[in-house]
Amino acid sequence: MTDQATHETNAISLVSRRRFLKLAGVSSSGLILGATLPNFQLAWADTTKETGNATLNLFVSIAPDNTVSIVCHRSEMGQGIRTGLPAVVADEMEADWNLVKVVQGLGDKRYGSQNTDGSRSVRQFYDTMRTMGASARTMLEQAAAQLWSVPAAECNASNHQVHHVASKRAASFGDLAELAATQKVPTEETLVLKSSENFNYIGKPVATYDTPDIVTGNTTFGQDVILDDMLIASIERAPVLGARLASLDDTEARKVSGVVAVERMDGGIEPPLFHPLSGVAVLATNTWAALKARRALKIQWSGSAHEQHNSDTYLETLKKRVQQPGKVLTQHGDVNTTLASAADKHSAVYSLPYLAHATMEPPSATAVIKENQCEIWSCVQDPQSVQQHVSNALGLEAEQVKVNVTLLGGGFGRKSQIDFAVEAAVLAHKLQRPVKVVWSREDDIRHDYYHAAAASYFEAAIDDDGQVTGWRQRTAFPSITGTFKNGVKHPNNGEMSLGFADVPYDIPNRQCETAPAEYETRIGWLRSVANIQNAFGICSFADELARLRGRQPDEFLLELIGEDRQFNPSQGKFKYANHGANWKKYPLDTGRLKQVLKATAEKADLSKLGDHERKSGEGWGIAVHRSFLSYVGIATKVRVEDEKVRILEMHCVADVGLAVNPDRVEAQMEGAMIFGMSLALMGEIRMKNGAVVNSNFHDYPLLRMQQCPTMSVTLMGSEHPPAGVGEPGVPPVAPSITNAIFTACGERIRDLPINKHMQLA
Amino acid sequence: MELTINGKVHQVDLDEDTPLLWALRDELKMTGTKFGCGAGLCGACTIHINGNPARACLTPISVAKGAQITTIEGLSEQGDHPLQKAWVKHNVPQCGYCQSGQLMTAAAFIAANPKPSEKEIDNAMSGNLCRCGTYPRIKAAIQDVVQFHEGGNSND
Repeated sequence: MTDQATHETNAISLVSRRRFLKLAGVSSSGLILGATLPNFQLAWADTTKETGNATLNLFVSIAPDNTVSIVCHRSEMGQGIRTGLPAVVADEMEADWNLVKVVQGLGDKRYGSQNTDGSRSVRQFYDTMRTMGASARTMLEQAAAQLWSVPAAECNASNHQVHHVASKRAASFGDLAELAATQKVPTEETLVLKSSENFNYIGKPVATYDTPDIVTGNTTFGQDVILDDMLIASIERAPVLGARLASLDDTEARKVSGVVAVERMDGGIEPPLFHPLSGVAVLATNTWAALKARRALKIQWSGSAHEQHNSDTYLETLKKRVQQPGKVLTQHGDVNTTLASAADKHSAVYSLPYLAHATMEPPSATAVIKENQCEIWSCVQDPQSVQQHVSNALGLEAEQVKVNVTLLGGGFGRKSQIDFAVEAAVLAHKLQRPVKVVWSREDDIRHDYYHAAAASYFEAAIDDDGQVTGWRQRTAFPSITGTFKNGVKHPNNGEMSLGFADVPYDIPNRQCETAPAEYETRIGWLRSVANIQNAFGICSFADELARLRGRQPDEFLLELIGEDRQFNPSQGKFKYANHGANWKKYPLDTGRLKQVLKATAEKADLSKLGDHERKSGEGWGIAVHRSFLSYVGIATKVRVEDEKVRILEMHCVADVGLAVNPDRVEAQMEGAMIFGMSLALMGEIRMKNGAVVNSNFHDYPLLRMQQCPTMSVTLMGSEHPPAGVGEPGVPPVAPSITNAIFTACGERIRDLPINKHMQLA
Repeated sequence: MELTINGKVHQVDLDEDTPLLWALRDELKMTGTKFGCGAGLCGACTIHINGNPARACLTPISVAKGAQITTIEGLSEQGDHPLQKAWVKHNVPQCGYCQSGQLMTAAAFIAANPKPSEKEIDNAMSGNLCRCGTYPRIKAAIQDVVQFHEGGNSND
């Protein structure tokens, strides 16, 4: 073990060695980083003197006992990435998964982006991981060739050994490791990747690496980190964005046994970025003392420019604005003339309130200052962002901030926004003692980076033949850009690329517009981001048009989508982001969307749509949406009885390209359906006078098991490259439910959540 | 104060009103029991007190004194409780944060009701939230373990 790692062992009082290794992010084999991603070369090969373990590249090292350590440089928050990516490496290098140890990578720019968001990990690193595995395999084969004095071409790795068939010789990876590390690192061009029929793990269900530890409680999440001599901080934060501390009386709080210090946190900064909010931190020797003492604080806050913010009136304002002419983003044909002269027209306004992430693990971070270094352990989706923002806060260089990524008890975007890690660093610096910042559930609900409240307007022109000839869509919501820049009022290019400007309907006259929305509270990324409101509006409105025409929605949608084609919505200043992916590799392919639509429709009984068989009180609805380069359809069956709604069935059809670990893809789709049901049925954050009204799970409820319907997941499209998985299941869920409710009872719900309109059975 | 946890006696030096959750997590460094809401709403901190499920976040240590407390760390010797094995078989966890509580609730439930209907499982487990959405697999794993009650109302 390196000195660094030994030091960490002393610092962490958790006893399990395995747990430590998983937590510390430094392997026992002394990982040596020598490459940069994404423009990587295959790293230094080296042997670490302390251990004799061989490092073959940035991600792979091998111990003499035959253990292969594989780095996971992305954050694990339940998507299974600590299994998915290392299994790709193991497959390509012919390692036995049972002999693999997964090592969590530290925050380090040499990995390239570690921001675990945008459903990117597999789609952006699948090829890289295969290359890393192939490189390690090639070096092991070269080592065997040298050892046996035979041509490398005659040496083949399989099942954790290299074999020379002609001489019937074999050597284990562990035996070859040291010699392998002295081999010339192969160039990328010379590497031969395995053909897919020889895959051992890719495309097959691989058991989740961390599950045995999870079921025995032997895991370390951010909230679980314990350092010697550590204080626990609980922070009372300003209820309104921009407010500052006006006065503080901490006399009673300091009397609580266990309390060590009360510290003022400077804040009120706008744009908020990931700066700590204004607050008062109570630091104690245990969490209970900190929580108890915090309640005894007497605080007055200053005023704020946002103290008039009321979410109900705000959303009403947005709903009015989207019905006024907006800023044109893209236009095809002449929508104004078409609408003015249309035989028939239809319009509708949809809305969605603010939403909170509510990860089961509230945010938490632990920091310690050591000489010129700050070391952090935290459940973050983006350790390099922690390096950047903590170094700014403390006046250090990014490299002086060492970030250990723990397991994340849910992320959903909240933990890409790393204000809690900056809080811990600032307090550890002030106290010159290790500090763990523990967010309570109330802190989490009241001080989130919320999903934007949103309103959208749709207007369609229909000609005498029943064809949709014109389509206007306009949206307003506070942009995430407002978190980073003051004065922003319109959504950014990226947000408009999330299922809005890329509506794949082949309508001759169509126009996308935006309307202004002020930034009043912290806005952030939430699982599938603007796709949530965009898909809700678009998939609802298309369904409304189908019903108005007395058409079966799937057949009507197929016509709207039109011919199989690749559709690039870029126009003028609007550059379609396509989730950061290469267009040629991941085009918007309407043929794939239609295939998913057809398969989704087969899950539902859509023949009863529009024929007023609503007396049964049961009905189906569907919605399909492309996001994160994947195509997902949801079919939902509901029952509405005595003005109460219950979801009876939900089925997901997903084309995510190659499903690297199909079991986890299915799990993500199951989770996305449940996440989508929570937000559609009951998700609503309300603000009064700038402060959040909700506080805990009694007034920000989530779906519970007794509300969870029968569900299924069908995967298709595996001949395409792997696409996003974590998020694309969410967007079609809400409209599929409201479309089903319309079938069941004739009521069209345009303002989420559903429980504002009917009770949940 | 003495607390008997997983068959072992521990000394804790904390105020009597301290919830058991913080005695476990802060004082005894047993972090398998999770902090989710602090209000008995999510079930992440579920433990057993004399075999009955309880919310550690709402149970003062003064109440737990003298009782047999079981945490996820003590659910089985080797991680081989039938539910733990079923959780692995069905690959239940996603992030895993709520799963200690899910397992402790399920273990107490099937001990008390070895032949539950699907509806009884739903009701018993509905105090435990999972934001990742593992409910279908939790239910499948429990159903795997229990002898399914043939007369039970399995579709309601």
